[in-house]
Amino acid sequence: MLAYMIRRVFQSVIVLLVVGLVAFSMFRFVGDPVDNMLGQERTQADIERLREQLGLDENFVVQYWRFLEQAVQGNFGLSYRQGRPVADILVERLPATLELALVSGLIALIGGIALGIFTAIRKRGIAANLIMTGSLIGVSLPTFLIGIVLIYVFSVELGWLPSFGRGEVTDLGWWTTGFLTVSGLKALILPAITLGLYQMTLIMRLVRTEMLEVLRMDYIRFARARGIRQRSIHFRHALKNTLVPVITITGLQLGSIIAFAIITETVFQWPGVGLLFINAVQFVDIPVMAAYLMMISVMFVGINLIVDMLYFAIDPRLRVDRKGGH
Amino acid sequence: MTKTPVLSVRDLIVEIPTRRGVLRPVDRVSYDIHSGQILGVVGESGAGKSMTGNAVIGLLDRPARITSGEILLSGEPIHQLQGEPLRRLRGKRMGMIFQDPLTSLNPLLTVGEQLTETIQEHLGLSNADARNRAIAALEEVGIPAARQRIDSYPHEFSGGMRQRVVIALALCAEPELIIADEPTTALDVSVQAQIIALLKRLCRERGVAVMLVTHDMGVIAEAADRVAVMYAGRLAELGAVRDVVMSPSHPYTAGLMASTPLASIGQKRLRQIPGSMPRLGALPDGCAFHPRCERATDQCKTGGSPTIASGGGRAACIHPLPAAKSEVTQ
Repeated sequence: MLAYMIRRVFQSVIVLLVVGLVAFSMFRFVGDPVDNMLGQERTQADIERLREQLGLDENFVVQYWRFLEQAVQGNFGLSYRQGRPVADILVERLPATLELALVSGLIALIGGIALGIFTAIRKRGIAANLIMTGSLIGVSLPTFLIGIVLIYVFSVELGWLPSFGRGEVTDLGWWTTGFLTVSGLKALILPAITLGLYQMTLIMRLVRTEMLEVLRMDYIRFARARGIRQRSIHFRHALKNTLVPVITITGLQLGSIIAFAIITETVFQWPGVGLLFINAVQFVDIPVMAAYLMMISVMFVGINLIVDMLYFAIDPRLRVDRKGGH
Repeated sequence: MTKTPVLSVRDLIVEIPTRRGVLRPVDRVSYDIHSGQILGVVGESGAGKSMTGNAVIGLLDRPARITSGEILLSGEPIHQLQGEPLRRLRGKRMGMIFQDPLTSLNPLLTVGEQLTETIQEHLGLSNADARNRAIAALEEVGIPAARQRIDSYPHEFSGGMRQRVVIALALCAEPELIIADEPTTALDVSVQAQIIALLKRLCRERGVAVMLVTHDMGVIAEAADRVAVMYAGRLAELGAVRDVVMSPSHPYTAGLMASTPLASIGQKRLRQIPGSMPRLGALPDGCAFHPRCERATDQCKTGGSPTIASGGGRAACIHPLPAAKSEVTQ
């Protein structure tokens, strides 16, 4: 298992290096940063001086290495637009996105597994069929449309929930949270549902398919033949066996929840990193874009690594044989 | 016999409604199994052997269902039970052993967890008592160092050992009846003999009635007390193993014996039964075996299918082989 983990970490590092290369190339190939930073009134001497100052006169490999060196230390340079360190801006915005992702991830996971089990066990019931049909809508409707519909119904027509922003947030010094105020929690509901709905239907359909598959296995028949209770058959014998693929997908989805928060954050004007990124794209704020790209890829790779380790926790067959076979 | 048989199947019919009509994978099958007795149920694939076993324990997959006949467990009718009462019966009074030990154990639960769950379900013991009982059950089926191995996962056992675990699971709540559906088919030949010996020993020591479903005549000859030969969902022949193996009465049984490599018979070349078993949707009129039967006459092709009763007690055949003639082949 240790060798496997080392190999996986090694692979992760390579992935991050490649993403770093892409992020870095943006600086070189998407316009000339010197152009962007110096105004109209510039002299050739200004340009040369800034080039030297920024290290842009060195060759590609040296620049890439320096970029990586800085990135590892969390230094992504100054935002072209705000003139502040990109890392500070990200750290400021990250709590909003992570809280949103966490809540929608939980909604997706809990709702998805519960509904998946329900529709698998009662596969001929009316309720289960309604849910399955409804889930098609969840899968096929684009996120922004769901968000707009929710805003229309719950904010505009019913006036129950706010249509944008994070509400009141509490500043804990290193973290700003919306969990502690009523308005913060209320503001969280619509964006979290919007962001989690697609993932929830995905997880639900996956759990259902896996569960139906597992319920056909011999060991389930054998458990039935031994008079094990339905409840135990479903939740002890079957559910655990459906979890391995579910964890894979959920892990990947958690990454994409953070990444796709861009759309939801735009619809709800949620002050997270997604909105920051969209604004950065509009202003060609390359340091912010590069830092965002790196951050998302670190999260994806990290989550994948955790998912791989979770397999070992769930499936004993993957663990090293402690006692040895017969 | 005066004693009530543990299992009594009476004119059992299982039907599967399909778009092209109703199929009968089990057609008017009757037999008894007494305590301490092993009944071998033998036949080709699709002859209805496993379906009979599944019907007894109430594990028929939809849309197959029992449409007629009775199943009595120690005299009580059980063929109409469903839900909770049926669940309480399973494991407690009848157990089942499946064909493939590699797939019939839950890979994510330890052997001990699966055993204690079953034991606690039916016997209501405390955790410690159930665990001790589980260890005893593993010891009884010949798992060495049961106390240590009980916390192992199924994949840590070999195929033969897993089948022993399966048997321990089926027997741990001390049922009266065991349905063993091809228990040795997925195992190595050397392990097969061990498993059969184990089943025989448990049957003798505990007085369990065993329904041994198999397509292997060798296993039947080795283990069973009585044999039921099935063909196309119907019982072809039913009798004591010695009689059926040594002097088959139904031409199909004779063909089956002639095509089985048994050392005691010492044939040079195995004979085949020409043709193959008809599909359930296209059964011929009369005796289902007549298109493949050397002895068939016009009488076999028309009229109802013969039953054991009409065939004189042992074989469902209009022209059974005379006992004397087949004795010669010994």
